[in-house]
Amino acid sequence: MLIFLGKRLLAMIATMLVVSVLVFLLLEVNGDAVAVKVLGPYSTLEQRTNWLTANGYDRDEHVRYFDWLFSMMRGDFGESIVFHVPASEIVMDRLGNTAVLGGLVFLIMVPLGLLFGVLAGMKEGSLQDRSVTLISVITTSIPEFASAVLLTFLFVFLLGWLPATSSMSDGWDPAQMVLPVMVLVLYAFGYIARMMRASMAEVMQSPYIRTAILKGLPYNRVIMKHALRNALIAPFTVIILQINWLLSGVIVVEYFFNYRGFGALLLTASLNQDIYVIQACAMVAVFVAVGTQTIADVGYTYLNPRIRFT
Amino acid sequence: MADIDAAGAEIVLPKRPNPVVGVLKSFLLVRESKVAMVGTAILVFWVLIAVLAPVIAPYPPTQQVSEMRNAAPGTPVPAGTALISFTEQGVAEIPIEGTYWLGGDRLGRDVLSRMIWGAQSVLIYAPLATFFAYMVGITMGLLAGYKRGWVDDVLSRLGDVILSFPILVLYVVIITTFGASGITIVLAVTFASGPGIMRIVRGLVLDLRNRDYVAAAQTRGESSLYIMFVEILPNARGPLIVDACLRLGYTTITIGVLGFLGLGLPPPDPNWGNMIAENREAVLTAPHSTVFPCLAISSLVLALNLLADGLREISLKD
Repeated sequence: MLIFLGKRLLAMIATMLVVSVLVFLLLEVNGDAVAVKVLGPYSTLEQRTNWLTANGYDRDEHVRYFDWLFSMMRGDFGESIVFHVPASEIVMDRLGNTAVLGGLVFLIMVPLGLLFGVLAGMKEGSLQDRSVTLISVITTSIPEFASAVLLTFLFVFLLGWLPATSSMSDGWDPAQMVLPVMVLVLYAFGYIARMMRASMAEVMQSPYIRTAILKGLPYNRVIMKHALRNALIAPFTVIILQINWLLSGVIVVEYFFNYRGFGALLLTASLNQDIYVIQACAMVAVFVAVGTQTIADVGYTYLNPRIRFT
Repeated sequence: MADIDAAGAEIVLPKRPNPVVGVLKSFLLVRESKVAMVGTAILVFWVLIAVLAPVIAPYPPTQQVSEMRNAAPGTPVPAGTALISFTEQGVAEIPIEGTYWLGGDRLGRDVLSRMIWGAQSVLIYAPLATFFAYMVGITMGLLAGYKRGWVDDVLSRLGDVILSFPILVLYVVIITTFGASGITIVLAVTFASGPGIMRIVRGLVLDLRNRDYVAAAQTRGESSLYIMFVEILPNARGPLIVDACLRLGYTTITIGVLGFLGLGLPPPDPNWGNMIAENREAVLTAPHSTVFPCLAISSLVLALNLLADGLREISLKD
């Protein structure tokens, strides 16, 4: 187990390093471009040259890479050009808001997806199975920005029940969370439901379930005690990997509802060419993504007794 | 010249099935599944709209009529409205008449016409981007699965790294670095979804490379390229067609999202994502200008997902 964990951690670190090289090549290697972004397009050549020398951009690329990498490891991502505060500070602040949003989404999406999946997978081909499949195909076909518009139209324009923005400008307001959470849940729960359905349907066909039914156990007991335990193993990975998807999904939703989270920050930073914030966001996003993949791998191996550590 | 075997009889080799005909034939299979039929019907509807856009769109997609700003659906263009155009002969007034059946947008353009032209925009760029992603993904997958060894290691690791990025984060960073245009979108989609396709192709190749017909081709002394593209690839088409439908739907969403975030095709372009982005502020005052494009993109993605579902169902039957 320890060897397996160590291998996964090493793979995770290796991926992070390769990603850091990619980010460096994409955003940092061309010093002149960085100077233009930091000093603005109207800076003189002399100002840029001075800035480049002052910040060590005249050194060799590999020296700069390692310097850049080590300062990132210390948590020093540079200063935001737009906000004039350390990039790490603002990223962490916004990441907290996104964690609240993501947490709420998971709290609703996972039980809902699992419930629908179990209901569908219990009786393959039944009416409830086909309705769940149809519902999940339809909801996963509506892009987040489209469901954001449609739900705003329904709940704000037609019914007037909810506020249209989630900027939380007058303090934290639960009503402002409803629409963003609803949009994200609607898009993603169908995917979990389909995975759970497939896994459940497979388990229901296994001999030990037939035995349990034939020996006269109550149907509910067969589902809850015998089927569910094994059927939950495969969707576990899918659920953890949804965190990776969520990092993409929040960009659209936070932008649409003006929620001050990580996704909106990444987008505004990209549009303003706020280079150090982009770097910080990209590295944090990849860290979260690779971390969850590692957790998914390790968790799956731990949960599934048929896989032994090699 | 026919080959003669030891007994003197003519050997008639079976005719190699044409792979293009094979792919077309598998599309005829949609008749076996109702779900796939519904998907195909919606898809054909949008393709027809896109192809016939110049004929059926009542107005040019960028023509602005200031009186029609945020006009409600079904508003007729006021009598006497004219488009002033400057020609070599002097100033000409072209009268505009008719009705904005789906209303006008923020700039007084006809929502229906923009939606119709938007179908064309989406149905050009989404298949184009998916096609390039497949070209790259298939080549990488065939190489990784057939050659194995270090080629496989390098390609698979590279794919893992790219796939570990949250996909939209990758798009945002790439497109803001290189600027938004049709080409960047196609390249970004290729870069981001190529590795996913590679994984699928590689898995299929690992299964197919040990088949007898591959061994036969190797014995005949065919080149690796020939074996990969002519012997293996056509036999991997089933799962790839299903995946292509799903991916086409996903690329449609991606292009819409990029348009929505202001990173897609530059503004006058009437694609659905741009339409939603441009009229976002008016969601609460003139919702028609955003709601209709939303329904359009959702129905197109739904069609592709239904088609994929139906095709998968059909392939499981065999």
